[in-house]
Amino acid sequence: MSAVTHEDVHAHHGHGPAEGLLRWVFTTNHKDIGTLYLTIALVMFFVGGAMSLVIRAELFEPGLQFVDPAFFNQMTTLHALIMVFGAVMPAFAGLANWMIPMMIGAPDMALPRLNNWSFWILPFAFTLLASTLFMEGGAPAAGWTLYPPLVLQGGNHLPFAIFSIHLLGLSSIMAAINIIVTIFNMRAPGMTMMKLPMFVWTWLITAFLLILVMPVFAGAVTMLLTDKFFGTSFFNAAGGGDPVLYQHLFWFFGHPEVYILILPSFGVISTIIPTFARKPLFGYSSMVYATASIGFLSFIVWAHHQFTVGMPIAGELYFTYATMLIAVPTGVKVFNWVATMWKGAMTFETPMLFAIAFVVLFTFGGFTGLMMSISPADLQYHDTYFIVAHFHYVLVPGAVFALMAGTYYWLPKWTGHMYDEKLAKLHFWLTAISVNVLFFPQHFSGLAGMPRRIPDYALQFAEFNAMSSIGAFIFGFSQLIFAYVIIKAVRGGEKATDEVWEGAKEHGLEWTLPSPPPYHTWEIAPEIK
Amino acid sequence: MKKTKQLLGALGLGIVGEAHADYALNMTQGVTQLSRDIYDLHMYIMWVCVAIGIGVYGLIVYSIMHHRKSKGAIPAHFHENTKLEMVWTIIPFLILLAMAVPATKVMIEAYDTSASDMTIKVTGYQWKWRYTYLDEGIDFFSSLDAKSNEARQLGSKLSPESVDHYLLNVDNPLVVPVNKKIRFVFTGADVIHSWWVPALGWKKDTIPGFVTDAWAKIEKPGVYRGQCAELCGRDHGFMPIVVEAKSEQDYKAWVVARKAASESKAQAADAEATKTFTMDELMAKGQEVYNTNCAACHQANGEGIPGNFPAIRGSAVATGPIDAHLNLVLQGKGSMMSGFAGSLSKAEVAAVVTYQRNGFGNSKGDLLQPSQVP
Repeated sequence: MSAVTHEDVHAHHGHGPAEGLLRWVFTTNHKDIGTLYLTIALVMFFVGGAMSLVIRAELFEPGLQFVDPAFFNQMTTLHALIMVFGAVMPAFAGLANWMIPMMIGAPDMALPRLNNWSFWILPFAFTLLASTLFMEGGAPAAGWTLYPPLVLQGGNHLPFAIFSIHLLGLSSIMAAINIIVTIFNMRAPGMTMMKLPMFVWTWLITAFLLILVMPVFAGAVTMLLTDKFFGTSFFNAAGGGDPVLYQHLFWFFGHPEVYILILPSFGVISTIIPTFARKPLFGYSSMVYATASIGFLSFIVWAHHQFTVGMPIAGELYFTYATMLIAVPTGVKVFNWVATMWKGAMTFETPMLFAIAFVVLFTFGGFTGLMMSISPADLQYHDTYFIVAHFHYVLVPGAVFALMAGTYYWLPKWTGHMYDEKLAKLHFWLTAISVNVLFFPQHFSGLAGMPRRIPDYALQFAEFNAMSSIGAFIFGFSQLIFAYVIIKAVRGGEKATDEVWEGAKEHGLEWTLPSPPPYHTWEIAPEIK
Repeated sequence: MKKTKQLLGALGLGIVGEAHADYALNMTQGVTQLSRDIYDLHMYIMWVCVAIGIGVYGLIVYSIMHHRKSKGAIPAHFHENTKLEMVWTIIPFLILLAMAVPATKVMIEAYDTSASDMTIKVTGYQWKWRYTYLDEGIDFFSSLDAKSNEARQLGSKLSPESVDHYLLNVDNPLVVPVNKKIRFVFTGADVIHSWWVPALGWKKDTIPGFVTDAWAKIEKPGVYRGQCAELCGRDHGFMPIVVEAKSEQDYKAWVVARKAASESKAQAADAEATKTFTMDELMAKGQEVYNTNCAACHQANGEGIPGNFPAIRGSAVATGPIDAHLNLVLQGKGSMMSGFAGSLSKAEVAAVVTYQRNGFGNSKGDLLQPSQVP
């Protein structure tokens, strides 16, 4: 990075990045750490994606063609764990690191050394997790939910997978603490809470969710460990325990976790739509309250993942009602985005295309989510491909599209170069079409009776599965364009202006900085009016 | 040809749908009042979502068409409207209320297992089902049919297309009468499974150490197929469910026949229990028992799957003291393996233990007679 501005030359000397590779090991700079997070996320996105292609190749036609069912189960398990903990969460942590200080007028994150540590835990955690693939008995194969007693049947992988989860949790908690401390203490003068950019607000709430639920997950998997190796019976009925207790603990973590993946996406979308509609965000304060409500509701709806375990009727009904309520604040967000677009003067650069696709397809995933909240209907939907379709709609054209939108939006700021708009648009259209070819048919196979997590299926599901697999391969290979566009922009290209997008200065402090920004920014805090 | 057809089917989304006759797009209406109520609820919510979707997507599309800079649109500056925001908070809430009421009714209906005419206990095993008719004393296992099992092996020569009801067929279906309220009680023997027949409208998890229940009153004789819905290990995709609903009369006839069959089987087992077998007899019988009961995990060649299922070949148990070996087969090993004390006859246990000690290259040379099995 060649970020030497006048200010740097005048005020300080030798405050640029260190030379060589060790720069990345020792760095405490929020921009460097943001880049590290984003890089590892992109790599893990391809690793997890490759696993999903193994799954889709096996499911292309009936019969087993490529893999043993045991290995198939390892692929579904690792695909989910890697996409959740390896791709989406680190990617948002990367965006948070890069953008939060620049957006709130802070010189860096509040706890820079902690920041370095929380990143550098990740490569070790993923190595530990991936090492299970090469062990006797292979990787965990009980699904990312790791339900006992099934997960306890596996080979040697269990302690490795669990230590990996502990490390990932540690990393997330530290990152969350850092973000909260930064937002509470390092805002520029005049940057009141109700002036915070939406991306910062959504991350603040996400960070609280992380701190509250990661310890619960760590505790639950530790109980698995002691059940397996130290003779406890938390989840073993023969010793007075209950396997369903694990499910309650897991989903008390797991439901907020899925909002941890989606709330920062809301923030990104709420940032991008106003810029390209050339209009302020509609209903800023109701957006803040809606995000907070979703965060709160996420803690009291967990057992809607367990409508078929035989809870008492009162439990079924309570979790039905509470879950339905989520539709209200989520609806408010969607209506606000539409109202922001309404009577704007829109242009459709790649970030905006991804943002609009997000609103359309995430809303679609929201509809199926509302259907699933109706517990009697969920007695049919549960554990079928209808569910698989639902959560992929909210996570892929949901969270992942938001990440792609954000990447294209801020890439010129980060690198100082405009990306290749033609290739980016090609990437968008291939991705947006193939994601629907991939996931839309799964609604039908699920409703028609296909359970999830099966390596082979009855003949009536063949057409939809073939379609889905074709979509998956187009989707997967289209992402190589994404990687290429990023690398190309990092290496050079048309020089980006400071503002990058027309009128962007009105939509965030980051656009008042040079592109690329100097290594240290806001050493003198800006004045917010 | 097969592949071309499938590809055409895939691309044409059902235009070439006759490729597979029982091709479906939507949830089944099922064959019980409850399943129809669930179906109606599903359709109701779906149409509500479609209506909201048309509104929201319509506004987005309109906005994209008209409020674009290339058409010379000048951006407005409004950024809030309290009244509007109240409206779109309250109206969805009212819509939700209109959904919650019927949902509550159906859920209460689904949970009312009282006043049932008969009770069937369903136990999930890795990877088969056990059906126990509590009132009739009928008790049997139900697993994937042999032809599907052959076709589903990795690299099998038998194509799935040539198998009737591939992966949805079993050796012993669950036979039930129509128009009787049947209460099902569920439990798991090893790990959690989930018993799901879409035509009945619901699925229920089978949890080891706990009992859950559900009910069905089937209105139409017929064969209804389903599958295990909760990931339960390697062969989770290969433990289908087949329910055969018969008229009252046919059902009674089936009960009589089934009882007679199990009686004669019990007599044969009793006779065998005191008989002395030769080594060859035990080995032949043992192989049969092994292949139906043990091979799913320990594999037909006795090699197991390293790290997941221990090998029998050369194992400490199969080459160690015979008492400990017998005990393991009878009692199982916690949630790793369910015991066979209740499901195999004395002769079958004796045969399978003998086979394991002298097959796969193990050559203990000792054998177990049925009379030695407690």
